[in-house]
Amino acid sequence: MANDEVILLDFWPSMFGMRLRIALAEKEVKYESKEEDLRNKSPLLLQMNPVHKKIPVLIHNGKPICESIIAVEYIDEVWKDKAPLLPTDPYERAQARFWADYIDKKFFDSGRKIWTTKGEEQEAAKKDFIECLKVLEGALGEKPFFGGDNLGFVDVALIGFYSWFFAYETYGNFSTEAECPKFVTWAKRCMQRDSVAKSLPDQHKVLEFVQTLRKKYGIE
Amino acid sequence: MAEIKLLGVSLSPFTHRVEWALKTKGVEYELIVEDTKNKSPLLLESNPIHKKIPVLIHNGKPICESMVIIEYIDETFEGPSILPKDPYERAIARFWAKFLDDKCLPTMGKALLGEGEEQEKAKEECVELLKILDNELKHKKFFGGDQIGFADIAANALAFWMGIIEEASGVIWVTSEKFPNYCAWRENYNNCSQVKEYLPSRDELFTHFQSRFHSAAAPK
Repeated sequence: MANDEVILLDFWPSMFGMRLRIALAEKEVKYESKEEDLRNKSPLLLQMNPVHKKIPVLIHNGKPICESIIAVEYIDEVWKDKAPLLPTDPYERAQARFWADYIDKKFFDSGRKIWTTKGEEQEAAKKDFIECLKVLEGALGEKPFFGGDNLGFVDVALIGFYSWFFAYETYGNFSTEAECPKFVTWAKRCMQRDSVAKSLPDQHKVLEFVQTLRKKYGIE
Repeated sequence: MAEIKLLGVSLSPFTHRVEWALKTKGVEYELIVEDTKNKSPLLLESNPIHKKIPVLIHNGKPICESMVIIEYIDETFEGPSILPKDPYERAIARFWAKFLDDKCLPTMGKALLGEGEEQEKAKEECVELLKILDNELKHKKFFGGDQIGFADIAANALAFWMGIIEEASGVIWVTSEKFPNYCAWRENYNNCSQVKEYLPSRDELFTHFQSRFHSAAAPK
């Protein structure tokens, strides 16, 4: 593994990019991070992800791996001797994959709608979002992490969204702490890990970024 | 002996994916047919989040989401491997499975079964997606290479169901002139020994969709 070349094509506010940052940090893998300008995508990005033209892309010894959940699994399988993210038991692995899919399909969408819509649609999105948080709290149960005693696959898949919560709360006019205190406790616990703290951007910067996006999309 | 139940509907491609995987591994199971308009207490209890089929129940423990179930089956039971062993090959298989399942299938569904502007837009998008698939299949028989793999099973509905729906609608636009490699793949998939004997009745599906179109068009 000493001669591995690992490159991450990324974009600082992307909760999907954050997944790979955390996974690589947990595994103590040295890599080069290349920040993409999504309004002017690099030839490398277009070459490495011709189907979707999206970040993040992990490039390992010249070979691209696209789609963040798939890349996290890849990282977990290749650098398997350190900080395992998926459990060993097939049933537990299936549960972890199920929750990662839920986060990508339900949670992401409802969060996005909070800052891209107004009025009734926004209220519905807020309701959905809080409902998702409660479902995820249920899945967490009494465990410190979704992965049990340590950060696991689902924690890595989910925690990046926390950097966007300040923006969601500002536009949605609600408090996660008030609605789902257990979720916030979990998030703060994750943030105590170096791999997470160093991978998430400042929430105020994310809010500023969302402000510029709203202007660009004419949502204001 | 292990107790394996599958909640599903044989005519559904999602249930079919799981049945294919179980049959490929030589695993005995009980199919519990669900009425999706009148969901059983067992289904609602086993998949409270999505309330959808298929659900695999292994020794009383439920696993949901067809592609998650297939990975579980691959990891739990002996028999031919569904996913490759190499981490990079696995990442590629998962990438195509996700693209086929999340993007291609719903878009083609709208293109064939939708109406008005939504259908027209979906059809245009579908043409672009089919070009991508056609290109990927340029130098290989299946998405999995020489043999059917994880991604091919994710594409089961595209291979079998969508062709039938097209014929039932009376409007064929996925032709081998336009998409030679894709059509060759479809032909190979539907006729290969690993799949053929497990496919549901073509006539039954055709009749079902034909009545949906209220069309008297005969199959070509």
